[in-house]
Amino acid sequence: MPRRVIISGLGPIGGLGIGIEPTWQSATAGRSAVGRLKCFDPSEFPCHIGAEVEDFSVRDFVPKSYRKATKVMARDIELAVVAADLAARDAKLATPGTANGDGDARTYPSPRIGAHIGAGLIAAELNELTAALFESTDEHGQFDYHKWGQEGIGNLTPLWLLKYLPNMLACHVTIIHDAQGPSNTITCGEASAMLSIGESLRVIQRGNADLCFCGGAESKLNPMTFLRQVMTGRLNTTSNDSPATAVRPFCKTAAGTVVGEGGGIVILESLDTFKARAAKADQTPTAYAEVIGFGASQSVNRDARNLEPDPQGRGIALAIRSTLREAGIGPDQIDLIVPFGTATPHYDQAEAAGLRQVFGGRLASVPIASIKSMTGTCGAGTGGLDVCVAAKAVATQTIPAVINCDQPLDGLNAAAAPSRQATINHALVYSTGLGGQNAAVILKKYEG
Amino acid sequence: MNRVVITGIGWVTPLGHDIESVWGRLLAGESGIGPTTRFDASTFPTQFSSQVKGYDYKKFVSNPALHEGVGLNSAFALGAASQAWRSAGLDRFDKLDHERLGIYLGSGEGSLDFDNYVAANLGGWDAETRCLDAAKWAKVANVRMSAMREIEQEPNMSLTHLAMEFDAWGPAYNCLTACAASTQAIGEATQILSRGDADAMIAGGAHTMIHPLGVTGFTRLTALSTRNDTPTAASRPFDQTRDGFVLGEGAGMLILETLDHAQARNAPVLAEIVGYGSSADAYRITDIQPEGRGAIASMRQALESADVEPQDVDYISAHGTGTKENDSIETRAVKAVFGDYAKKVPMSSVKSMMGHLIAAAGAMELITCVLALRDQTIPPTINLQSPDPHCDMDYVANQSRKTKVDVALSNSFGFGGQNDTLIIKKM
Repeated sequence: MPRRVIISGLGPIGGLGIGIEPTWQSATAGRSAVGRLKCFDPSEFPCHIGAEVEDFSVRDFVPKSYRKATKVMARDIELAVVAADLAARDAKLATPGTANGDGDARTYPSPRIGAHIGAGLIAAELNELTAALFESTDEHGQFDYHKWGQEGIGNLTPLWLLKYLPNMLACHVTIIHDAQGPSNTITCGEASAMLSIGESLRVIQRGNADLCFCGGAESKLNPMTFLRQVMTGRLNTTSNDSPATAVRPFCKTAAGTVVGEGGGIVILESLDTFKARAAKADQTPTAYAEVIGFGASQSVNRDARNLEPDPQGRGIALAIRSTLREAGIGPDQIDLIVPFGTATPHYDQAEAAGLRQVFGGRLASVPIASIKSMTGTCGAGTGGLDVCVAAKAVATQTIPAVINCDQPLDGLNAAAAPSRQATINHALVYSTGLGGQNAAVILKKYEG
Repeated sequence: MNRVVITGIGWVTPLGHDIESVWGRLLAGESGIGPTTRFDASTFPTQFSSQVKGYDYKKFVSNPALHEGVGLNSAFALGAASQAWRSAGLDRFDKLDHERLGIYLGSGEGSLDFDNYVAANLGGWDAETRCLDAAKWAKVANVRMSAMREIEQEPNMSLTHLAMEFDAWGPAYNCLTACAASTQAIGEATQILSRGDADAMIAGGAHTMIHPLGVTGFTRLTALSTRNDTPTAASRPFDQTRDGFVLGEGAGMLILETLDHAQARNAPVLAEIVGYGSSADAYRITDIQPEGRGAIASMRQALESADVEPQDVDYISAHGTGTKENDSIETRAVKAVFGDYAKKVPMSSVKSMMGHLIAAAGAMELITCVLALRDQTIPPTINLQSPDPHCDMDYVANQSRKTKVDVALSNSFGFGGQNDTLIIKKM
């Protein structure tokens, strides 16, 4: 029998807040974080809005001895390091990263801690790179390969490449928390974090680790990565003057999504070892929910070169069905869906089609709560943030606020509504994304 | 738990684009390394690399129109996977359940559109303030950059192209753990099959970093050999005069199946995957833990999961990059795991001939292990002339060797401290 696994720590970071309490407050209040972009001048792009993370200093989230290393962290790495720190503290973990984990005081031996962290294609910081490129131009201002090869290369810092390798998110997190167990970096667009959570689940189920950091983080708020999002055609370009109502998931008037920054790291833990440490701990850690099912699949849509899901939602339905199968429950037992729901019409419609296949006529009675209306789509971090919110929803038996959807797609219970108490025994959370990978988990109310 | 077997192999490498001719060249000790021609590297500290030559993905795929404009890394992936697909006989098998066909790759990002990227950056640069003006940048980029070229850089695009080519609807992943990526991908694919979440998986990796910023990045890390006068002698794993690795490119792909599925369709079974280990150094972003702690953990996990004793291993395919640090620490780690037997077990590095295929290296190397099992022959480590006193094992120097190979172990270690080990066994 595979070991049982619970969520014992939440580390969301995004426009809604840094940490689970502020994030949850915003999510239940229905406060949109979408606004005009401040980190660069967006005026020459068709979309001017997004959801930025409020100011923070990564130095406040690492041990003193590690502050020097923050110089080689791209923004994506910073977000993951902060999220991991928040999650570890929320789980009441003693690691070298939480500053009270020396020697015998550590919660787990290092080889029993894993890390699976989804990452995107990290963009080079353009000021730094261009300053170096500019030194290698000729008298006409053209780039000169010969000059670059000879002397230009030396204008970059020696560790330059290491800021941008996607596995550096997991690398820094494993060093800070001395996690020497199985570790991976999954790079599957917006499905990355959810696939990473699934891989951690498997690693703990089969006994290769007792606890894992998992999820993902990304910032696409760099002109280069932002332009790539523009080029996919998924961004909202008609609501630059009304950012708070721009993102309308599953609404008949949905007109695209916006880029969000952030993601989330959650702590997955073996139920047995969690109980053993909870019995001894001074501060009792929280069991937010049990993870009872996971499934992954691929959508194939040759007409759209796999840049959109198949319109019938077959791929999405496959992932959800295999998750239900492992959970051993039927669709009638799902009380809340936290969907991908980005307000990109092709995606929303494919998701709706997939959900109809799985849930049939009962779909109209299952609340669907997308937080993209408030946070934007956080790239590789998307599923991490979604799972944080869903776990808190299950733990508090509360559905977060749904905003901006006044005309839901037919048969979907996705209309705007204030946050409300509800019986949530099982929540389904799923992601899909550019390239067509799909992943889903089912969270069950924790009952010991 | 299902047993998992390898039923198909394929690769696109600097030494060629088909299994048999490349294997022949490896056994003959040939090098694929030469001057870099992909861009003008004539003033770079390193002016050579291990490039794939004369390759056209259109010769391999069923419907080239589906992949028009495909990135170079994904083009490699398509050729390698198509070979593996045919070698597994899947092109002649019409009962495959495509919802139970998965893909797990450890593929890299696509190459930057360097010239247009530089033009946009310089166009947006304000020399006075030494800051980039995003609005000026966008004006240039909007005109010069193409959507397809940009989207092809996403690291899951090789996976996406394979899913379209083979109509694969099962579990699908891409991991990017630097130089360990495709070994890890094969290990995780094995886990998915073992659990029964798929019948068959395409697993492997594809990568190229032979572009100006890739070479720049590794040059700044002082990781590359600079033997510009003798490129074919530049990759010298375990040699005392080694001075860094040689950047390569390509793809290696395998078809993995549950043993039951393979037997039911009478598939050719090339080897069984019996062991997998994965660990993190959790040490430093730049350096390998000096005792090889992570590598030791990964090998031990793999041996334990394979239920294989160290002395049962007949061949080790080394990570063996040819950097000072890697080769000596790798040797130390193998000694820690294998004890007295370490000096008896043959361990070679085909990177001496292929260069370092980065994310694709592990898959390419596991394929050499499959072929070593088949032909009972171990490929050599070439350019090993002056042994390093810290590297005192049997590295199969310069000549391939006929010997019993029933169990092979393959190691991959990535920047950032990711370690992965696979063990395969003759059926």
